[in-house]
Amino acid sequence: MITTPRKTRQGEEAPPGPGTPGRSARALAEALLRAREFSIGGALVLLILVTWITNPSFLDSQGTQDLLLNSSILLLLAVGQAVVVLTRNIDLSVGSVVGLSAFACGSFVSGSDHSAATMVLLGIALGALCGLVSGALVSFGRVPALVVTLGMLYVIQGIGYYWADGGQISAANVPDPILELGSGNVLGVPYLPLIAVAVLVATAYYLRTYRSGRELYAIGSNPEAARLAGIPIRRRVLGAYLFSGAVAGLAGALWLARFGTVVADPANGWELTVVSAVVVGGVAITGGVGSVWGAALGATLLTTIGSVLVVLKVNSFWQQAITGVLLLAAITTDRIVHTRTTSALRKRSRK
Amino acid sequence: MTHPHARTRRAAFAATAVAGALAVTLTGCGGTTKDDSSGDANAKTSDAKADPDAPLKEGLKVAFLPKQINNPYSKIVNKAGIEAAEEYKGTGKEVGPSDAKASSQVSYINTLIQQRQDAILIAANDPKAVCGPLKQAMKQDIKVVAYDSDTSKDCRQMFINQASSEEIGRSQIQHVAKQMDYKGELAILSATQNATNQNTWIEYMKKELKKPEYKDMKLVDTRYGNDDDQKSFQEAQGLLKSHPKLKAIVSPTTVGIAAAARYVSSSSYKGKVIVNGLGTPNQMRKYIKDGTVEQFSLWNPEELGYLGSYAAAALASGQITGAEGEKFKAGKLGEYEIGKDGEVILGPPTVFDKKNIDDFDF
Repeated sequence: MITTPRKTRQGEEAPPGPGTPGRSARALAEALLRAREFSIGGALVLLILVTWITNPSFLDSQGTQDLLLNSSILLLLAVGQAVVVLTRNIDLSVGSVVGLSAFACGSFVSGSDHSAATMVLLGIALGALCGLVSGALVSFGRVPALVVTLGMLYVIQGIGYYWADGGQISAANVPDPILELGSGNVLGVPYLPLIAVAVLVATAYYLRTYRSGRELYAIGSNPEAARLAGIPIRRRVLGAYLFSGAVAGLAGALWLARFGTVVADPANGWELTVVSAVVVGGVAITGGVGSVWGAALGATLLTTIGSVLVVLKVNSFWQQAITGVLLLAAITTDRIVHTRTTSALRKRSRK
Repeated sequence: MTHPHARTRRAAFAATAVAGALAVTLTGCGGTTKDDSSGDANAKTSDAKADPDAPLKEGLKVAFLPKQINNPYSKIVNKAGIEAAEEYKGTGKEVGPSDAKASSQVSYINTLIQQRQDAILIAANDPKAVCGPLKQAMKQDIKVVAYDSDTSKDCRQMFINQASSEEIGRSQIQHVAKQMDYKGELAILSATQNATNQNTWIEYMKKELKKPEYKDMKLVDTRYGNDDDQKSFQEAQGLLKSHPKLKAIVSPTTVGIAAAARYVSSSSYKGKVIVNGLGTPNQMRKYIKDGTVEQFSLWNPEELGYLGSYAAAALASGQITGAEGEKFKAGKLGEYEIGKDGEVILGPPTVFDKKNIDDFDF
């Protein structure tokens, strides 16, 4: 019952029967949930505008490039994470996967002339492998996602430490074309955000249009109902993890391209930032609600706050506090909106 | 904390540690009894006197116990120390735990005592936790030299300090001031806001800046990149945005300086802003070569291990006892004098630039 409004919002292919309150309910729910993305987008624009007025150089060409580059990697990871969270699961291993992928790509290209494309493919493959293991354990092993991916976080990190043996990849050994991928641009737009946005758009299109994409929402809304409806839950969840892993692997390759110097665990602790970005972006941690657009906006908002605070000369201690407040605010609004919509819809159905 | 950057390294393979502990228990069983060895050791220590003319003994057994094996920095330090031992016809070896926990070095010290090493060099994970076994070692006439990271003063005979905090802090300003021509704005990009070594260095930088020759220089901001690539990037960007007249960024942390250099090298600020600080040659080679960074500094880890090794040999040969004012020769590095509390300072940090960077690989 509770999940009805959520499903109707997303379930475009299910036409509301004549005389049912479906259309107006959907419109209401949709408006409320869109409001979330609009409000984050608005906050982001406002934040940038205020900073720009205070310090006009914030949006000069270098500043804009920096803003775009800073959010690319977190945005990618948030898109991958959102797909997993939609299915009422979580992937805490992404930070380690990024690290392992970055280090593996670094070792692969160090002192060689491998192309950026080969490196990116290697990163994706490695990430997908990690995602496959987590996904198999969650979906077929039926172990709670929190435990599996926390375990994977440490396992992958351990492999990274063992492999790196305290070593690091130095920018001097990374071929220039690869560093160029991290710093170069086409028509003033850096490569990294272009890649991130491409992944975002493709994922959003898939989730909205494809049957299997819709099924991810169904699984997250009500796993039991999804099972009864004949949705192959395990395969879909496995797919979600595979995707999240592959995206994290890609992010690792891009990490190397952007930062050049890489140790064994460069993205140590990022998993929680990614989950925060996803939740702030309106993807319910309980699954079934939200969009990758929201997650991407959440990621951009969090990184932009980081940049803005520095430009406004605010003590960086505040950054974490602000992220925390945003997170709490996001969850509270979710809760309120959820209760309000449910009761409103119930009233209407009674009429 | 002595490594220039302080990323926590969690124990990766507990199995190694367990195996190590087992080995210790086994050797412990087969070892000699405590009484007979400590008896004559006491006799020896009581009449120990420095004989500056005593030659270095041959065949000395010296053991290096770093905070943690697997760490590239410790590897360089200890390798140089072991090579120094070969120079004075002794044997050196490196043993240590795979994690940097306070208590994990204890079992290794006990094993080294059983093996009757002539000297133990230790980079303490915890100044107090290793004290008991180290005192036991000294009782048995095994010389104890702390290097890199000190133990409590009464648990070792000497401490080899890589560089004094004051020297590191002040030299950062001296170097960057020359590059800035003694005028303009500079900012510091540090690690975490409560890193003790960073804050000590920054204190000394500020003290140095008070001198009259720096009156035209202004420290406009201190930011913290938390030794995180992305955060350090953003802090560097923010510094340049919020201080348009900024002439130099000094980053006394390896992650920070690498991030600042990478950012500046790939931005429109390249060639306009000076980046200096503490970094490792491998990390910074690219930016030295492409001209983003003119110079940076760090103590030479090889010299640290080398000096420690010679200090241990001098102690074990009776040349010195670790008292203030005593002098000893450290091979190619020359003569060193022991300071207060048995402390020996390696010397000013090495400055790396285009000319010498290819001589270093760490």
